Amino acid sequence: MTIKGKAYIAGIYEHPTRKADDKSLAQLHAESARGALEDAGLTRKDVDGYFCAGDAPGLGGLSMADYMGLELRHMDTTETGGSSYVIHVAHAAEAIVAGKCNVALITLAGRPRAEGMATGTAPRNYGASPDAAFEYPFGPTVVNQYAMAAMRHMHEFGTTSAQLAWIKVAASHHAQHNPHAMLREVVTVDDVVNSPIISDPLHRLDCCVISDGGGAIVVVKPEIAKSLERPRVKVIGAGEAPKHQMGGKVDLTYTGAVWSGPAAFAEAGVTPADIKYVSIYDSFTITVLITLEDLGFAGKGQGGKLVADGNLISGAGKLPFNTDGGGLCNNHPANRGGLTKVVEAVRQLRGEAHPEVQVKSCDVALAHGTGGSLATRHGSATLIMERE
Amino acid sequence: MAAPERKIPAPEANPETRPFWDAAAEGRLLIKKCVTCGQVHFYPRAICPFCGSDKTEWVTASGRGTVYSYSVMRRVPIPYALAYVTLEEGVTMMTNIVDGDLDAIRIGQRVTVAFKPSEDGPPVPMFRPM
Repeated sequence: MTIKGKAYIAGIYEHPTRKADDKSLAQLHAESARGALEDAGLTRKDVDGYFCAGDAPGLGGLSMADYMGLELRHMDTTETGGSSYVIHVAHAAEAIVAGKCNVALITLAGRPRAEGMATGTAPRNYGASPDAAFEYPFGPTVVNQYAMAAMRHMHEFGTTSAQLAWIKVAASHHAQHNPHAMLREVVTVDDVVNSPIISDPLHRLDCCVISDGGGAIVVVKPEIAKSLERPRVKVIGAGEAPKHQMGGKVDLTYTGAVWSGPAAFAEAGVTPADIKYVSIYDSFTITVLITLEDLGFAGKGQGGKLVADGNLISGAGKLPFNTDGGGLCNNHPANRGGLTKVVEAVRQLRGEAHPEVQVKSCDVALAHGTGGSLATRHGSATLIMERE
Repeated sequence: MAAPERKIPAPEANPETRPFWDAAAEGRLLIKKCVTCGQVHFYPRAICPFCGSDKTEWVTASGRGTVYSYSVMRRVPIPYALAYVTLEEGVTMMTNIVDGDLDAIRIGQRVTVAFKPSEDGPPVPMFRPM
């Protein structure tokens, strides 16, 4: 069974808020859902499949189905951190192929800013997690774990802070055109490497923003997509894989994208050379660099050269990425950036990105999510989409 | 006056891992070895993550290793070095590098185990430069 060409992304929505003091978590999910359904030209009554992850309140899918009054015949609450929503698109396509639903709704929302969460710098205790006693006492946080991956990459391959900085520079060039972006100021390599160190070797500007907000995606079967007014974007390939510490054979130089990427490319029948635009999860600059290597856009250890000198800037470089400004500059709702990666890829394929960053003849695009931590355990998810 | 020390949260032992923490209280670092496939693993499990066998046994590690990677967390009141250390036995474990200059830590550096007290719990295995 393949999902290639058998499901379409009909609706997308990125909530415009970046700080939601006056909204509840369920409300942000529901507002995002409404936005994506309106974008598709569908209504709540058309939804028969619902997908959400660990950011949904209460009993997750059950609580949100109750809140939104959804009548469902299919649910999926796959949880792989920030990459969950990339996986949800693939799982929605699978469910559509299997006849389990016709209109799948995926939602994400969160309020880490309103709640004053120390997202990157406070250790999180996952309690009964089997690894907790062997990690939590040592103070692993989001940022210092990704930093260890960066440190090892620098050691093995000579990657530099200036090369990592180019990733942020490219994101900032894109964000200046996005009125909703949290950080719209164009920055330079010097700005990045001279910003304060958070955890060696990552600087403040190597880190993504912390934002409230949300988003939603509607995936539909072909017959429904063809009945709608919107430009058609079809799912042509997907892959997902966890990567972990492998029983103590830790290797921080690669991610699960080495498995999810080839699976997605094989299903889609395309290669990295065919991809006109990439949305790459950018929790930190290092996340982008390692992922691009693992997906085959550069050889292992060559990512620094790939991203340097503006090569990721739309209109200037060969591999335009995260043209909304990404998590580094625009939005990282709920500390989970996977959904907005799919949203900007769909905008590019529809030709609805900002004119200053729209990629010409953008017919095939890739979105990739990384949820969890590069250092310990994460879920990688690759999605390839094509304009019809 | 000595610099304030970071408080270490107590690890929670469970029936599967209690021998590790009992040994830690005696200053010994244990790892798990699979009787069936012969491989050592970390963190310790009852079931071998390499072959699935339930015939695993505790072995005492040398306590010596090298720094695989590290990062000094600066944006906290008391900076500290998170690290992965690869033991001579071959497994890599998360830990802290302590008892030395944080700015002098390097990948490949030789280190040895130094158990440090946790808050109301067993001591935890950290590492210091050799």
